[in-house]
Amino acid sequence: MSLDEIESERLLGALRQVLADKGIATARDIAEQITQTETASPAQGARLVARAWVDDTFRALMLRDGTMAAETMGISMRGAPPLGVLDNTGPVHHLVVCTLCSCYPRAVLGYPPFWFKSAAYRARAVRDPRGVLAEWNTVLPEGTPIRVVDSTADYRWMVLPRRPAGTGGWSEERLAVLVREGDMVGVTCPTAG
Amino acid sequence: MTPLLEPGHTVRVRDDWPEAHGPVHLRTPHYLRGVSGRVERYLGSFPNPEDLAFGRTPRPVQLYHVAFEAGAIWPEVAEGGLLVEIYGHWLEPSP
Repeated sequence: MSLDEIESERLLGALRQVLADKGIATARDIAEQITQTETASPAQGARLVARAWVDDTFRALMLRDGTMAAETMGISMRGAPPLGVLDNTGPVHHLVVCTLCSCYPRAVLGYPPFWFKSAAYRARAVRDPRGVLAEWNTVLPEGTPIRVVDSTADYRWMVLPRRPAGTGGWSEERLAVLVREGDMVGVTCPTAG
Repeated sequence: MTPLLEPGHTVRVRDDWPEAHGPVHLRTPHYLRGVSGRVERYLGSFPNPEDLAFGRTPRPVQLYHVAFEAGAIWPEVAEGGLLVEIYGHWLEPSP
């Protein structure tokens, strides 16, 4: 048996053929989906955040309809669950968790980090969010209420974090570099330092 | 599909444990069963994942974002809250 005849390859080829024959997905659809999956990373979410920081109209769109906001930035949301965006620029701090599994806004943040999938994070984020944030060295302004968003169903949620102090006049590109995946989950807050 | 519940509606998550009676696929976290909360927003109609998981023809179900006080769930917690997606068929009027 040669390498290109191993069983998994033959199975994959047969599956692709059936999907094409039944009109479910063409070879091109599958190639596009693979590209989309491979290009998805926290850098995409960071671009959305940076744009929202400099453009109030985009910020309003992002908070109203995250999917549409991502599409206007050239991120393909085809086949992805609807994207909801939680506003951490206001008085409440949101923290995202999926207690049931590891639901994550992959289209804009890529693969979920290992800790997001861990049983410890999932169990503790809903019960002791302040303790979890303290372990990330995240200090919120005194009296900031925390709201835990358990992502259990058909939406995927990301956080729009607060723009750090000392970034006045910065370009969108320079701002985007500050935004890390944890900032868009709510375990950390971006800093300019 | 017109939402059956308006924002501000007080609701209770059904204190139901179908996993005790056989194989099921549920998206309603166990820690919220029997807990009361407040409807924050209607999120739309979706094919029921409880059906999809078993290859059954899914019926459309309404999805709501429901806000809960953390203190209503965890006895030791004095402040904070949770916001969770709950399907309409898991919500009943709060007693």
